[in-house]
Amino acid sequence: MSSQTLDKHSQVKPLKPWSITPRELLPDFIGVLLAVVATLLTLDFTPMRGKLGFIGALFFYSMIATASVNAIKRDAKAAKNSISSLFIYVAAGIVVAPVASIVYTIISRGLAGFGLGIFKTDMGNAVPDSPLNEGGLLHALVGTIETVLFATIICVPLAILTALYLTEIRGRFSGLVRFLVQAMSGVPSIIAGLFIYAIYLISFKGKYSGFAGSLALSILMLPTVARVAEEVLKLIPDDLREAGLALGATQWRTVSKIVIPAARSGLVTAVILGVARVAGETAPILLTIGGNDRMNWNLFSGQMSSLPFYVWRQYLYGGELATSRAWTGIFVLMIIVMFFFTLTRLLSRKGGK
Amino acid sequence: MSTNESGLSAKINQKGDSAKNATDQSKSLSSVSSARKMVDRTGSKFVGTGLTTKNVHAWFGKKHALADVSMDFASGTVTALIGPSGCGKSTFLRTLNRMHEFIPGAAMAGSVVLDGKDIYEAGTDVTKIRLRIGMVFQKPNPFPSMSIEENVLSGLKLAQIKIQNREQILQESLERAGLWKEVKDRLGEFGGSLSGGQQQRLCIARALAVNPEVLLMDEPCSALDPGSTLKIEETISELAKTITVVIVTHNMQQAARVSDYTGFFLSDNGPGELIEVAPTSQIFSNPKDPKTEAYVTGRFG
Repeated sequence: MSSQTLDKHSQVKPLKPWSITPRELLPDFIGVLLAVVATLLTLDFTPMRGKLGFIGALFFYSMIATASVNAIKRDAKAAKNSISSLFIYVAAGIVVAPVASIVYTIISRGLAGFGLGIFKTDMGNAVPDSPLNEGGLLHALVGTIETVLFATIICVPLAILTALYLTEIRGRFSGLVRFLVQAMSGVPSIIAGLFIYAIYLISFKGKYSGFAGSLALSILMLPTVARVAEEVLKLIPDDLREAGLALGATQWRTVSKIVIPAARSGLVTAVILGVARVAGETAPILLTIGGNDRMNWNLFSGQMSSLPFYVWRQYLYGGELATSRAWTGIFVLMIIVMFFFTLTRLLSRKGGK
Repeated sequence: MSTNESGLSAKINQKGDSAKNATDQSKSLSSVSSARKMVDRTGSKFVGTGLTTKNVHAWFGKKHALADVSMDFASGTVTALIGPSGCGKSTFLRTLNRMHEFIPGAAMAGSVVLDGKDIYEAGTDVTKIRLRIGMVFQKPNPFPSMSIEENVLSGLKLAQIKIQNREQILQESLERAGLWKEVKDRLGEFGGSLSGGQQQRLCIARALAVNPEVLLMDEPCSALDPGSTLKIEETISELAKTITVVIVTHNMQQAARVSDYTGFFLSDNGPGELIEVAPTSQIFSNPKDPKTEAYVTGRFG
C-alpha cells in the first residue's frame, strides 16, 4: 500500500490562487511597452543622447506608466506605492551598477595579461616593455601573502582580547576603549603607514621591510577584527556564561571553554573580514615595505613588494604592456579579496544554523 | 548538625511513611544516609548538606530587593520558594551560591552558612562554593558547542577536576536526572538536538555531575510543557533522597507536589520579605499568616 492510496483527499489538486494570471499582467506589460517606446521616440526627436539620456528618459516614462497603470487598475494610493517602489529599485540599481562595472572592467582587462606564467616569474629581469610572459607578479603575491599573514598573527590576539575586555570584563574603561576602537576604524590608512614610518623607520632606525608593512597593516586590521568580534561575542547569551560560572568555573575557564567555542565561526569571520580589509591596502605599504622588483622571501630583511605596490608601479611605467600588468595585478588582488569574502559568507551561514 | 537532624526527622514524619515511623529515629536516619552513600563517590562524606541563612538582605544598586531572610534548608529536603513576581525569591536563590554578585551594582548583607561556614566569609574560594551548591536555570541552557556527553562532564572539565571514572559519572548523572534511557544511544549528538524538557534534564545532569551537596533550581519548569514538567518533578523527588534541593516556582501545585517545606515571599511596595516558612502541607492547608492564605488560595498574586 503506497501512501498515495491512503490519502482520501487525493482528488484535491494543490493550487496557488495568489499567483498572477497573464490577464492581470497585461496592463503592466502595456505600461512597460509604452515607456520603452516613448523613451526611444524622445531620444530620436530631442537632443537627449547616449546611455545616460536613455536611462533618464526611461526612468521618467516608467514612473508615469507605472503610476497611471496602477491608478487605472486600483487607486491613487496604489499609484503612489508603485512610484516609491520604482525609486527603491532605481536606488538599488545605482548602488549595484558601479560595483558590477568595476568587476566587469577588472575581469575583462585583467584577463588579457593573465596566465600561469605570471605566477612563475618576478620583474627582476624584465623591463616595462618586456612581453607579458616574461615579467610576472610572483614577488608581489608572495609579499602580500607574507605581510598580511604576519599582520594577522600580530593583530588577532590583540583584537580578540580587546573584544573580550568589552564583552566579558565589561570594565570601567569599556566605553572609552569601544570609542577608541571605533575612532581607529575611521583613521585614514596612510596615517597608519606614516605612524609606523615615524616610529619604526625613524625613531627605531628600522629598515624598509615586509615586517614594517605588517605592523602598519595590523593597525588597520585591529579595529575591524575587534568590532566584529565584539558583535559576535555579544550574541552569545548570558545564560551560558552563568551556567558555566554556576558550575564552579572561573571566568577565564568559562570564556575559553564555553563562550569562545560557541562564537568560533563568528570569530573566524571577524578575522577573515580583517584580512580582506587590509589585503588591498596601498598607502601604508608604500611607506613601509620600500618596494622591490625581485623576489624577497625574507619578511624581516630587505625591501619587499606587494600586489597593490606592483599595480602602482606598473601603472607609473605607462605603456601598453605595463598597464596590462597593472590590470592583471588588480585582477589577482580582487580574486584574493573575493575569495576571503566568499569564505566569510559560507562560514557565517554555517554558524547561523 | 542539629538543625539537619531535626529537619530530616520532620521530613520523615511529615511524609507519614509508616514503616519509617515505626522504627526509631536514629535508625531511619542511618538508612537514609546509607542510601546517600551509594551515590557518594568519595565514600567518606554525607552527600546532602544543610544550608542556613541568617538575616540575608539584597540590593540592586539603591533598590533594596530583599530584606532579612533567615531560613533553614535541612539536608535531604526539598524547599519550595513561592510568591508573586518581584518578591525577591529568585534574588534570594541567587544569593545562596553567590550568583547574585554578578549583577552590576549588586550588594548583600547577612550570612549563608554551608556546613558550618559562611560562604561570604572573606577569602572563600567562590568557585569551590559553586561546585558544592549547583544551580539549574529557568531556560534550558546546554552548551551549544558540546555534545550531550561533553555537556554532562563539562562541570568537571571547567573546574579542572580529573575525570577518572568517566563512564560511571556520565551514566550516573544522566540516570539521576532521569535522562539516561532516552539519550544513552546518542551521547555524541549536540545538546541542542534534544527537546526542551530533555535539555533541561541535561542541565540537571550537568549540575549533578560535579556531585553538589545542594541544588538550586530557578523556575526549572516554567519554559516546559506539562509532560516534561512531570518528568522533572519526578527527578526532583528522586534527588531529594541524596541532596538538598531549593526550588523557586510560580506554580503552587508544583510546590505542593515536590516540596517538603515551602517559604512564601512577598513584597509590599518595599523589599521582598519571607512571610512564612513551614512544612508544605501546612502552608497549603493551614497557613498561619493571612497573607499566605490569600496567596495560596488564589485571592491575589
